[in-house]
Amino acid sequence: MYSKMMIDDLRQELDENKITGEGLFKEANKLAHKHQEKYNSFVTILDNYNFEGTSNTLITNIPYALKDNFSTKGILTTGSSNILKDYIPPYDATVYKKLKEAGAILVGKTVLDELAMGGTGTTGHTGLVRNPWDESRMIGGSSSGSAAAVALGIVPFAIGSDTGDSVRKPACYGGVVGFKPTYGRISRYGLFAFASSLDHVGVISRSVRDAAIVTDILKGCDENDMTSLPDEDIKYIDNINLSVKGKKLFYLKDICDINYYPNKTPELEDILNNFKKVINNCQKIGIEVYEEEINKNLLNAIYPVYNTISCAEATSNNSNLTGISFGVREDGGNINQVIFNSRTKGFSELIKRRFVIGSYVLQRENQEKLFLNACRVRRLIVEKFNSLFTKYDGFIMPTSDAIAPKFNEKTDKLSDQYLILGNHLIIGNFGGYPSITIPSGFVDKMPIGVCITSAVENDALILNMAHEIEETMTYRGMIVGEEDV
Amino acid sequence: MYKVVIGLEIHAELNTNTKNFSYGKNDYTKIPNINVNEVDLGLPGILPTVNKEAIRKALKIALALNCNIADEVLFDRKNYYYPDLPKGYQITQSTKPFGLKGWLIYYLNNDKKTVYFHDIHLEEDTASLEGNNNYSLIDYNRAGIPLIEIVTEPCLYSADEAIAFLEYLRNLLVFCNVSEARSDKGQIRCDVNISLMNENDSVLGTKVEIKGINSFVGVRTAIEYEIKRQTEVLNSGNKIIQETRRIADDGKTYSMREKVDAVDYKYFVEPNIPPIKITDDYLAEIRKEIPELQYERIERYLNNGISLTDAQIITKDLDVSNYFDALESLVNNKESARKWLITFVLSILNKGEEKINNLFLTPAMLANMINKIDNGEISALNGKEVLNEAILTKKDPLLLIEEKGLKQIGNEEELLKYINEVIIENPKQVADYYAGKESLANFFVGMVMKKTNMQANPVITLKLVKEELDKRK
Repeated sequence: MYSKMMIDDLRQELDENKITGEGLFKEANKLAHKHQEKYNSFVTILDNYNFEGTSNTLITNIPYALKDNFSTKGILTTGSSNILKDYIPPYDATVYKKLKEAGAILVGKTVLDELAMGGTGTTGHTGLVRNPWDESRMIGGSSSGSAAAVALGIVPFAIGSDTGDSVRKPACYGGVVGFKPTYGRISRYGLFAFASSLDHVGVISRSVRDAAIVTDILKGCDENDMTSLPDEDIKYIDNINLSVKGKKLFYLKDICDINYYPNKTPELEDILNNFKKVINNCQKIGIEVYEEEINKNLLNAIYPVYNTISCAEATSNNSNLTGISFGVREDGGNINQVIFNSRTKGFSELIKRRFVIGSYVLQRENQEKLFLNACRVRRLIVEKFNSLFTKYDGFIMPTSDAIAPKFNEKTDKLSDQYLILGNHLIIGNFGGYPSITIPSGFVDKMPIGVCITSAVENDALILNMAHEIEETMTYRGMIVGEEDV
Repeated sequence: MYKVVIGLEIHAELNTNTKNFSYGKNDYTKIPNINVNEVDLGLPGILPTVNKEAIRKALKIALALNCNIADEVLFDRKNYYYPDLPKGYQITQSTKPFGLKGWLIYYLNNDKKTVYFHDIHLEEDTASLEGNNNYSLIDYNRAGIPLIEIVTEPCLYSADEAIAFLEYLRNLLVFCNVSEARSDKGQIRCDVNISLMNENDSVLGTKVEIKGINSFVGVRTAIEYEIKRQTEVLNSGNKIIQETRRIADDGKTYSMREKVDAVDYKYFVEPNIPPIKITDDYLAEIRKEIPELQYERIERYLNNGISLTDAQIITKDLDVSNYFDALESLVNNKESARKWLITFVLSILNKGEEKINNLFLTPAMLANMINKIDNGEISALNGKEVLNEAILTKKDPLLLIEEKGLKQIGNEEELLKYINEVIIENPKQVADYYAGKESLANFFVGMVMKKTNMQANPVITLKLVKEELDKRK
């Protein structure tokens, strides 16, 4: 029965001594084991209740799951990669430390796409993660296990990371909330870096309210992360119920128009119709929604620019994985051969592809044309959206152009298709904007969602708007299946 | 004979408390892997945090070397794989080095020379590797220590020039309190670029780089060996190969790899360190902390009539120079200050390998003594003895003079008492003196000295002896 509850309800049960923290943990642990074989959410499930809280908070004794690319002292942290399959870190990520001090209880470390590079949930070294709504479908990625664990009701919230869409896309496919605050709002210290200028910590939960509660705990300046923002003296949870009357949102006309698409599938039509319904709901609660058009060349550039920058940063960020001072070390005739062999065996094909691309775009003869131009186009896109944000409080879009794909439908080879609707989430990473997806309905019995993105530091506002829009629908607190443990 | 052209790249570790991009300790130790945290090991998830002290010290050097200063603090990544590089990249500065186009005047013997700098930038040191036959050991203590890299233009033309400049540079680093710059601790290391050209050529010859030389003696050996080797290659009609070489224990250089430019480090801006503006106020503040440097001190001493040789000796050590300045201000006779510093203080330091700041004898104590000697209140001989004893026993020299009763007797009445005794006690010598053996006056002085336990002022005594003997004739 606890699996359906959100943080407030659990808090009440705990405070009224209807259940103990340990009892709650055991329930979560039992569920984690129960679903593990079928859905494979976890790399590591913790079997011992371990309370290390130092203050009483809203999440004290609340169980949660952590993506396996956050450093946890003494607990295996693999990044879902073979090269780190035995790696036990000697230090805590800031996020983990804060959750521990707030008294939250870690249930397990969740599966991701190898080193967070990927969006399918199929490339982790311990096997693929299945979508709880339909096991023949993907949950998406890279925060695959975190989204699945929340969708399954194992935990009320989980922590993910989002470099392109890695929190929001799987949250959407799992019918739950995925929130990525402003770049720097939550410290990245201890998050295995994919692309440092795009990486964000994010929260997956079953309500906007819960996302706000958890973000309130996680946010803040960190002396270990120079890109972290100064502390704010507000709590998001206190601002979540404000009136949104008169707030202005826009959507991009072309992208939300079926005629724009060469393949007008019924599925896409349903998604766009659902989006129109959400827009209607917005207007009912006083949010004004407008159409905007922007240069299509900019939109078409999103994906290649993302690929160029993220692969470049990724190849450098992951150069520490050599098997020398940590990680799996392969034999070799000399030290260079050891590094070569460790990296050859330690990474899957897809990862190596990205490293090769990253290396290529950074090479002396290509850097100006490829990497630096990509950085310039990124700036153009950000400037465009920054100027739109002077007129609007944010933009709203369908989170995805499709429901969760079947396992045989999509490969994770870097695609050369300009899937704009599928790629607009990346804008949030380019600009470091706060961005949130909430479930908005079903198509073919699979959940879909809408995503709201706002100007930097509008975290409180975006949570407020998302919460009010969530109120117009019936998907808050939704989990898969009804059966009890 | 060919013309030799040399450029140097000097790496100096900064003497900060912590590392350049982590809170790990920056401390020299022989115990491996104790000053190491997760950042220094390059573990997954770590982020760099910039050491403000390192930035300040690096900027101080760039200012002291007369560079154009960057408008903001910006770091880049230099990407390459090597077991001593835990992150797989080094954080350094290529887009905006702290300093560009600097210069420094130094003396080579009696000649003034100028060295020009291409750039000065801040980066992090690598781990140190200890190679054995079958395995290598990695010590991460050094990984992440702030390292300043000073790159000269090809503007040095002999081993002597290179070494003279390096000595000046080392002193500058120490004067500015930015580095201990000790070769034995690996805190200052050098890459040498060297090429030969015909006297009349307008383009530089093919450059050879000798990497990772860890002492100035090594720099000299490498340069001298390379001049010899390259001369032989050119004389036999062959071409110099552009390559990187290393110097071995036998004093010879060996090829490491050819085509130096083949390595592409794929530099790009470090995304985890937001750029920080460098304001004029901040630079002015740092500029104030730069002390008077060696060259400026030499010029000042020369103006005060001190020889270039002495000026160079005194300015080799900032503390010696400061000691001298303090001494000179307290001693009445400036020449005495110079003489006592060079002949007395420095010889003590040389013997004991002691630092001048640890010397018990303060400039004030020494100045007091020098003034007393110059005034004739104490003999130079006794003065030196007292000073030596003061250093040994750590007692104030003035106290020692009292204790030992070494105050010189200059009082004529008192001296006459002794002189009369001596004349009465030595009738034969008195007779000889009157017979014309005037040199015997010194004999009487000696006898007085003996009686007074060396306290009699010899000059006054001699005068009185002569007067007294003449009176009695």
